[in-house]
Amino acid sequence: MESLYLLVPLSVALVFLIGWAFWRALEGGQFDDLERPAHDVLADDDRPR
Amino acid sequence: MPAACFHCGLPVLEPGRYRADLLGAVRELCCAGCEAVARTIAAAGLEAYYETRSSPAAPPADLSSLEELDAAAAGSEAALIVDRVRCAACLWLVERTLQRTPGVTRAHVNYATQRAQVAWDPATTSLSALVRAVREVGYDAYPYEPRRQDELSRRESRRALMRLFVAGFGAMQVMMYAFPAYVDEGLSAEAAAMMRWAGLFITAPVLLFSCAPFFAGARLELAQRRIGLDTPIALGLAAAFCASAWATVSGAGSGEVYFDSICMLAFLLLGARHLEAAARRRAARALDPLLRWLPARPLKAGEIVHVAPGERLPADGVVTEGISSVDESLLTGESRPVRKGSGDELIAGSVNLEQPLAMRVTRAGADTRAASIARLVERAAASRPWLVDAADHVARYLAPAVVAAAGLAWAWSGDPWIAVAVLVVTCPCALALAAPVVLTRASAALLARGVLLTRARALGVLERASEVIFDKTGTLTQGDLALARALPLARLSEAEALELAASLEARSRHPAARAFAGLPLSAVSDLIHVPAEGIEGRSSGRRLRIGAARFCAALHGKPLPGALAPLEAGHTRIYLCDEEGWLAAFDLEDRLRPEAAALVEDLRARGIFVHLVSGDEPQVVAALASRLGIPAFAGGVTPEGKLDYLRRRQRGGRRIVMIGDGLNDAPVLAQADASIAMGGGAAAAQHHADVVVMRNSLADVRRVFETAQRAMRLVRQDLAWALAYNAAALPLAAAGAIGPLEAALVMGASSLVVLLNSQRPLAEPLPWKASISSSPSPSPSYS
Repeated sequence: MESLYLLVPLSVALVFLIGWAFWRALEGGQFDDLERPAHDVLADDDRPR
Repeated sequence: MPAACFHCGLPVLEPGRYRADLLGAVRELCCAGCEAVARTIAAAGLEAYYETRSSPAAPPADLSSLEELDAAAAGSEAALIVDRVRCAACLWLVERTLQRTPGVTRAHVNYATQRAQVAWDPATTSLSALVRAVREVGYDAYPYEPRRQDELSRRESRRALMRLFVAGFGAMQVMMYAFPAYVDEGLSAEAAAMMRWAGLFITAPVLLFSCAPFFAGARLELAQRRIGLDTPIALGLAAAFCASAWATVSGAGSGEVYFDSICMLAFLLLGARHLEAAARRRAARALDPLLRWLPARPLKAGEIVHVAPGERLPADGVVTEGISSVDESLLTGESRPVRKGSGDELIAGSVNLEQPLAMRVTRAGADTRAASIARLVERAAASRPWLVDAADHVARYLAPAVVAAAGLAWAWSGDPWIAVAVLVVTCPCALALAAPVVLTRASAALLARGVLLTRARALGVLERASEVIFDKTGTLTQGDLALARALPLARLSEAEALELAASLEARSRHPAARAFAGLPLSAVSDLIHVPAEGIEGRSSGRRLRIGAARFCAALHGKPLPGALAPLEAGHTRIYLCDEEGWLAAFDLEDRLRPEAAALVEDLRARGIFVHLVSGDEPQVVAALASRLGIPAFAGGVTPEGKLDYLRRRQRGGRRIVMIGDGLNDAPVLAQADASIAMGGGAAAAQHHADVVVMRNSLADVRRVFETAQRAMRLVRQDLAWALAYNAAALPLAAAGAIGPLEAALVMGASSLVVLLNSQRPLAEPLPWKASISSSPSPSPSYS
């Protein structure tokens, strides 16, 4: 049971950390266009001509 | 049948003339334009486009000059709308092309909105060079004034997503802390207290950040001295949070906490709002074509502007010089080119097709007709329809009653928890969820099929319509010409005559050309289009003409043969000739839409009485009515007569739906209980049709009725459930039979029932659906 006293506060901290990470991604525009990145994989032009 | 062009899919009329080496083989192309584009793509090493594309490219068009762009784009950044795009590979090609243009520092194409953001170094390149590069690979780009609103809505949607995330993630996490309290009584008091504190820490941001819209809404309702849907939600959330927080702070075991319920509730409500907002943004994007004509340079009324063939008209105006035909389909839905001469009015956004025109600007920018339509539809898309009004109406009585009941229960029992239970259990969020979710789903489902719902009020009327009045031309008929009869006059068989006619017309945009679409073609060259007269071309050494009688006679100077079959009513006749004399005559008619009969039958099966009222010849109308099985009809009716007819029918309290082409039926459409306009575009929207069928297919009209019926049924079920639930739960909670915890569970379950019910399909496949195939999007190949 003692581990709870460490894990529960830790999980609260983790929630805020994940929330912050999501906010960063959102502000970085990662959720603005959900279609394009999928096509990028298909349309790779790195191959030799 | 000749081979198809490798680039655009049009028939290759002169095999061996235009070729390019693509994907390791020599490919036949249809014209110099396609050849140039294909060679450019190959030279840039972007051939992968041909492998990944899912649709042939749009045939290249004559495009206008670009000098004016640079004057307008002073900066080194611009937003472009990419046009003539057919599939995702097109966007990839455009993006690569922009990125490889020297001087470009950044180029990004958004696949969802088909918009490109470019930044460049003004010292090495210019906007016109970029647009030219895009055009060289067969597309077009228009500079686009990003409306401030767009920026705003993007920030708003990001914030909404963050709110949703916080609420959803918080709900999951808080449920973990609440779980031990639900299942295990043996939890030590300290551990239980810690779980509550953890829940409090996570619920606080959910309440303060995620639920801010509800509190803002409640404050607004308070300022307006009314109780809407936000007030009880805000009150319930705040009460539950305060009670739980107080229980947490004041010490262990003194009360229950409901942090999990608060977060779940917030998540459900925000999720519904998020879906609604997404549907609305999609609806707003459907307006983009209307905004594409935005000129690069601000124009003033009175200014004279020259418009080259293929160019879009930058403003409303009047022709001062030149004769040409103009494609106004963007605004009127009318696909046949309209002839314009000196003094004729021009609408911004239409395309000049044949000859250069000079125009005097009468209205520019936000004053143009196109802009006012865009505003109208935008407003309609954001308006709150009667369904929500109805829910609001019920809530207006329910919400104060709930608050009063909560207060009374508290005063009577002396237990604040009963008040919280009442507020939570009767929180009318099922009521708040039902209508908007179903409604946005309905309008999104319709929009996906090319039907614009400009007033959701119409759904209720359509569902209970008792009579439908059809207009004829452009509604039941196509308003396009079809071949009724071919009369070979000399030297040719019917098939030969048709082949020559089809070949001459193959590239024409004239409505007569559609009558010959899909026929076998032979090689013709030196095509000359003469506006309003006809087409001249050369086939196996002979000069040929197709078109009006005088146009043909001018080639060979012979009088019309006297022994021609008489022309039937409603038909138009055109001629084919060579230098030696007449070859054939063709009778063209306005064709009945293929889905018309099925639609009339379906409406009658629904118990709807069908009328046909038209300004056309009475015998033509009578013939059409008997052919379609329409019991009531009237021909030769003036617009005023139509209005009278409608008013007479309405006197009996019948709900009447008017279906017209939106062009000359405006007053009738406005008078009807609900109106559907065919053909989309400006006139229809301007004249307040409730529903605009943009794809111009009657099969879509049937879907409108079907969707209205399903949507209204779902809303009624949802509202009935929500009301029944509240009627049962309120007394129970007030009597103390339901504690706050049970209240939250029951409330959540009720919302879930409503939400799931609202997700049921809106367009059920019906047995006869197969008989009406949805019309494919119009192919630009021969039109």
